[in-house]
Amino acid sequence: MLDGLVLGSAVKNFVETFHAGDVLFQLVMFIILMALLKKYAWGPLMGVMKKREEYIANEIKAAEESRVEAKKLLEEQQNLLKEARIQAQKMVENAKKQGEVQREEIVSLARAEAEHLKETAKIEIEQQKEKAIAAIREQVATLSVMIASKVIEKELSVEDQEKLINEYIQEAGEER
Amino acid sequence: MHHEAPLVNILGLTFNLSNVLMITVASAIVFLIAVLSTRKLSMQPTGMQNFMEWVMDFVKGIIKSNMDWKDGGRFHILGITIIMYIFVSNMLGLPFSIAYKDELWWKSPTADPVITLTLAVMVVGLSHYYGVKLKGTKAYLKGFFQPLPFLFPLKLVEEFANTLTLGLRLYGNIYAGEVLLGLLAGGLATGVFGNIAAVIPTLAWQGFSVFIGTIQAFIFTMLTMVYLSHKVSSDH
Repeated sequence: MLDGLVLGSAVKNFVETFHAGDVLFQLVMFIILMALLKKYAWGPLMGVMKKREEYIANEIKAAEESRVEAKKLLEEQQNLLKEARIQAQKMVENAKKQGEVQREEIVSLARAEAEHLKETAKIEIEQQKEKAIAAIREQVATLSVMIASKVIEKELSVEDQEKLINEYIQEAGEER
Repeated sequence: MHHEAPLVNILGLTFNLSNVLMITVASAIVFLIAVLSTRKLSMQPTGMQNFMEWVMDFVKGIIKSNMDWKDGGRFHILGITIIMYIFVSNMLGLPFSIAYKDELWWKSPTADPVITLTLAVMVVGLSHYYGVKLKGTKAYLKGFFQPLPFLFPLKLVEEFANTLTLGLRLYGNIYAGEVLLGLLAGGLATGVFGNIAAVIPTLAWQGFSVFIGTIQAFIFTMLTMVYLSHKVSSDH
């Protein structure tokens, strides 16, 4: 009963306050407002927001790209460095090896030279000795002839004397 | 406490001039706020531009929570306009109301059921329009018989119930707030003690009304998007 009364009065109130003009005016105003806002406020604002979004996306993409590139470059540089290091090591090793070989060569050469020198010196010494012996032998022969001739002058001819002395010397040489 | 409305009849249509005035004022304020805050747009937003962008993102969030952005993007501007307009409308009646010669001139436009129901009918009408436009007439009609055919009458009732509740919820909240403010200001504030006694509840109720007005603006926008998504999205 009371509910019906309240509801009825509400409906009556509503019908009384219902004015078609307000409806029309509200609708038209809202549509105009929306159109104006779209043109002068939301549109430009959305444009800026979209632009910023794109800008940020581009920046992120660019950063990502440069990061990848930097990584690639770094790797490349590291590889180069490693290669250079290996090469340097190889060079040092090579030089060491070559030095070793050269040292060996020089030493052996020097040794051979020394051997050679020693040999020649020995041969020369031998020759000189031969020569000296021969010279001494000759001198001894003449000297003994002179001595003998002085001791036993005229008892013997020069030829016999020489023959005799030569025999002695021969004997002496064999004994030695 | 009850004021008459300033009525005028033009070409057979009755206009409540106070509604006309307040609709115009609310629209003008919304327009001014929006345009002034987007005058100097820059890639690095400052001040009001920040606020407007926040509002846009907020509405975008509401839409995204209801449907695909692919479908819902077209309602973005509608949503921002609705939330701004209703928020400003709700706030208009809070600081004061003006009655001239026993006719109430200054109030919230949303404290009138005609206004709120107009907005509600517009929203529901839009939902039907976009339902037909985006899904096709056949799929749109089929929507009334889903999930089960015998639910058709309920679906039909639902459309009207949606419209009524959407409009009357907003109207009721704002109207009640204004009635109570009017009672506090006019009814209680008689004499010195009445004035002193009315100050604190009035302040409290105004603060609460700000809260209610904000919430109602949000709810209206949210429900707008819900109804639109019911008609537009195919996965519901």
